Amino acid sequence: MLVNGELGMTGKKVHLKIGELKTNVGIIKNLELSVGKLVNDSWEEPMGPTPMPSLTTLRDWDMKLLNKYKPFYLPVCDLCCLCTYGKCDLTAGKRGACGLDMAAQSSRIVLLACSIGAATHTGHARHMVDHLIDKFGARYPLNVGGLNIKVEAPVTRLVTGIRPQTLGDLDEVLEYCEKQITHLLSVAHTGQEANNLDFESKAFHAGRIDQVGMEVADISQISAFDFPKADPEAPLIEMGIGTVDTSKSVIMCIGHNVVPSIGIIDYMNDNNLADKLEVVGLCCTAIDNTRYYKQGKIVGPISWQLRFIRGGFADVVVLDEQCVRTDASLEATRVKAPVIAASEKNCAGFKNRTNDPPEEIIADLVSGKVPGVLILDAEKVGEVAVKVAQRIAPIRKKLSCLPKVEEIKELAKTCRNCNLCQRSCPQDLEIPAALKAAAEGSMAKLVELFEFCIGCGRCEQACPVKLQIHSFIVKAGEQYMIDEKNFCRAGRGAVQDVEIREVGSPIVFGEIPGIVAVVGCANYPRGGKDVYDICREFAKRRFIVMTSGCSAMSAGSYKNEEGQTLYEEFTGDFAAGGVLNVGSCVSNPHIAGAAIKVASIFAKRSLRGNYEEIADYIHNRVGAVGLAWGAYSQKAASIASGFWSLGVPVLVGPHGSKYRRMLLGREDKKEDWEVFDARSGDKVNVGPAPEHLFQTVETKEEAMVTIAKLCIRPNDTWKGRSIKLSHYIDLSKRFYGIIPQDLDRFVRTPADIPMTMKDDILKILKEKGWKETIIPDPTLLSRMIRKKRS
Amino acid sequence: MSCEPWQCAEGSATKKAMAITKPEVAVSLIKRAARPILVVGSEAVTRNLDGKLLIEYLIDFAKASKIPIVATAHMVGEFLKRGYRPAGFMSAMDIGNRLVDPDWQGIDGKGPYDLALFVALPYYMEGLILSGLMHFAPKLRTVTLDNKFHPHACWSFPNVGVKVWAENLKVMISKFEGGQ
Repeated sequence: MLVNGELGMTGKKVHLKIGELKTNVGIIKNLELSVGKLVNDSWEEPMGPTPMPSLTTLRDWDMKLLNKYKPFYLPVCDLCCLCTYGKCDLTAGKRGACGLDMAAQSSRIVLLACSIGAATHTGHARHMVDHLIDKFGARYPLNVGGLNIKVEAPVTRLVTGIRPQTLGDLDEVLEYCEKQITHLLSVAHTGQEANNLDFESKAFHAGRIDQVGMEVADISQISAFDFPKADPEAPLIEMGIGTVDTSKSVIMCIGHNVVPSIGIIDYMNDNNLADKLEVVGLCCTAIDNTRYYKQGKIVGPISWQLRFIRGGFADVVVLDEQCVRTDASLEATRVKAPVIAASEKNCAGFKNRTNDPPEEIIADLVSGKVPGVLILDAEKVGEVAVKVAQRIAPIRKKLSCLPKVEEIKELAKTCRNCNLCQRSCPQDLEIPAALKAAAEGSMAKLVELFEFCIGCGRCEQACPVKLQIHSFIVKAGEQYMIDEKNFCRAGRGAVQDVEIREVGSPIVFGEIPGIVAVVGCANYPRGGKDVYDICREFAKRRFIVMTSGCSAMSAGSYKNEEGQTLYEEFTGDFAAGGVLNVGSCVSNPHIAGAAIKVASIFAKRSLRGNYEEIADYIHNRVGAVGLAWGAYSQKAASIASGFWSLGVPVLVGPHGSKYRRMLLGREDKKEDWEVFDARSGDKVNVGPAPEHLFQTVETKEEAMVTIAKLCIRPNDTWKGRSIKLSHYIDLSKRFYGIIPQDLDRFVRTPADIPMTMKDDILKILKEKGWKETIIPDPTLLSRMIRKKRS
Repeated sequence: MSCEPWQCAEGSATKKAMAITKPEVAVSLIKRAARPILVVGSEAVTRNLDGKLLIEYLIDFAKASKIPIVATAHMVGEFLKRGYRPAGFMSAMDIGNRLVDPDWQGIDGKGPYDLALFVALPYYMEGLILSGLMHFAPKLRTVTLDNKFHPHACWSFPNVGVKVWAENLKVMISKFEGGQ
């Protein structure tokens, strides 16, 4: 008989304490028993060789890729200034005081960027999971697609060997990620890693961890907040400044973590205020708001923060985390819009009012006694934001700080023509000429700059006479801004298992020519239209086009001849010709997850802790390419790194060259392109397929030709290769005006040659001395050979 | 004629390019090279110099100097449209990556280049490739033909307006007419 005692569970840890237990043989007093964790291993899939890999577990795999795709370094700075021995000059072969050379230093910076990115996503996931466990309990079940999804967390299963079923299960996954990120960051300390390729391998590891962290964040929020669950028909969301009803009070949420926004939306709905206020979002918070609340509006990508704030549209600005302009609160003050900082990671210098009564906070913000507050309680953020917006909107009357056109023309006359604005502009925009034209009475050149301006405001920082140049450009483009009325499909989340079953075979055999994932930020070289053009081109060619984050917004920001946005023109299915928005930044693992699920569901490969085999499968068989046309952040670096590690090539736009390291194959080095034929163990030359793992492309035309080429995989059947080559050749002829000169590297048998181009191609092959070769069962792993040669 | 980096924040170089103060200096550098190559980027069709596109000057220059052109991005089509066939075409990163390889025998297979001229890539991208070459291709000399000063090149023209730039290119073409 148990007289008194307790049983506790913290996560997976069990603690048993018995005060007194009377049994037939005696009495037990004060017994305490702790068990590390309960293993609920009802998962029948056997554990693979690399569950929860450490820094070096997958080093051999990384080195296989890094020997094929060697780093090309583009140092941004000749110096290292990370320790007090420095500054050290590492120019042209010199080593620093610690012994490091420029190659290692460059890859060390890559590792740092990827670790920052992984830490940011994992920190986001940690906040989300802790918040959701507090709100819903650790046993709350994960549900990312109901009966349509059995493989709920492909990346987590693959990397950690854990099959999470509840929110509580994600805690253990995050503990693993947090440990790895700590180790990874420590590697960047002076006097640790010495070799550039080892730094690179660790950057790959950061990418793997990043994918897990992102997946945890997204599957937890999908499950608990009831976001669209792998829904190809997720609702169309109104997007663009023109869709915002400015007669209402407007709350603007900026960042990535949806928790405070949900506090706002819930408060509005609970108090029947939904028709009185507009909740709009910028950057990924916008995407996730509208997965929860389809009446929410997406203003646009990250680069539109200044234009929306200065335009005076927002009555209250709510800041959460990541990619928030650090001067957003200063800018909001200019238009008398109170600011609520809602994340521990971005307190913005405001006093912490989390424990103050809401009415006191509201009074201080409405009266202007304080410009902003820090509130670390989502429900309180909701109440305060809504009430402040309602009370201050009639006072503010959408106060804008944009100058009038006549003022611009007068102010432009004070321009000294020093060119510092243009020299500070990342886009090298011809601002002086536009100011000169304005001074002469024409706004036309300033209007032209509107589409290409990325909204950084560096021009204003550089101007010696303090002209508000960015405001001039925004004012010039004001009508475009007000006319922006588009649609973005709400982030659908994962790809269904049944969709994978339907397209697995045509993807692996090449009959669907590729999966193009257009993702990432909005640091575009020539505006967002390039993203739309690229997505539309490949959707029309019956590739599968996947989008996320700011790129998903840009893809939906333009219309076809019939006035349809991309998301109206194409379905949201994971199928040939589909255009899918998976969601926000943290939804990117659904893209990797789709490739992983092809290996798991279609090819029946075991996922569990089996990273190397699955990556080898994807690298050789799944024609997927990532394009981050406007990538700017460290998070984008770690997202890319997660794809490199899986052997999926990633392209970036010209600004992506500032990531300072490419991973490039050499198509002219034949010896680099051998794989094992798993059937025989023979080495077979499969050509440069894919040619690169990470590359900067300069123009959208180059991006399109390169994407088509990078979808080629060694496993393509002759029919699939023929289809892929026809796209590569067709795009090359259209944009380069020439048949590709490297076709001899990709044609294995005459059947690979597209029928309509046979004569031209045979001529090229003959000139190059081409010889027929076999189509192998390709692998880079000798252990995957089924029959060794005697 | 400023010899400061065109983009204001590009000041993190310990070595700074020598300034090409007049086009004859560039001509002399090229004439001294045994194996020069000219890399032409996408701005060749967006930069207008005195009513004529940059690409047209570059075609005249390449014909006069007999320097082979490697076209980056989609520029091969733009050259072909104008009746000029470049010696090669590949991405800017690919040509940079090959130039750091001392064993690369060039697009014609006749041996490594000793001088690489760059022009018309986006400024920041060209600067990074020049930085890569400065660090990892010690035997290669680099020259830019842009009108924006590139500190990471071995030799660069200063920041000048398009009129001066056009004039510089015309002088260079005239010095080569009749073959190198």
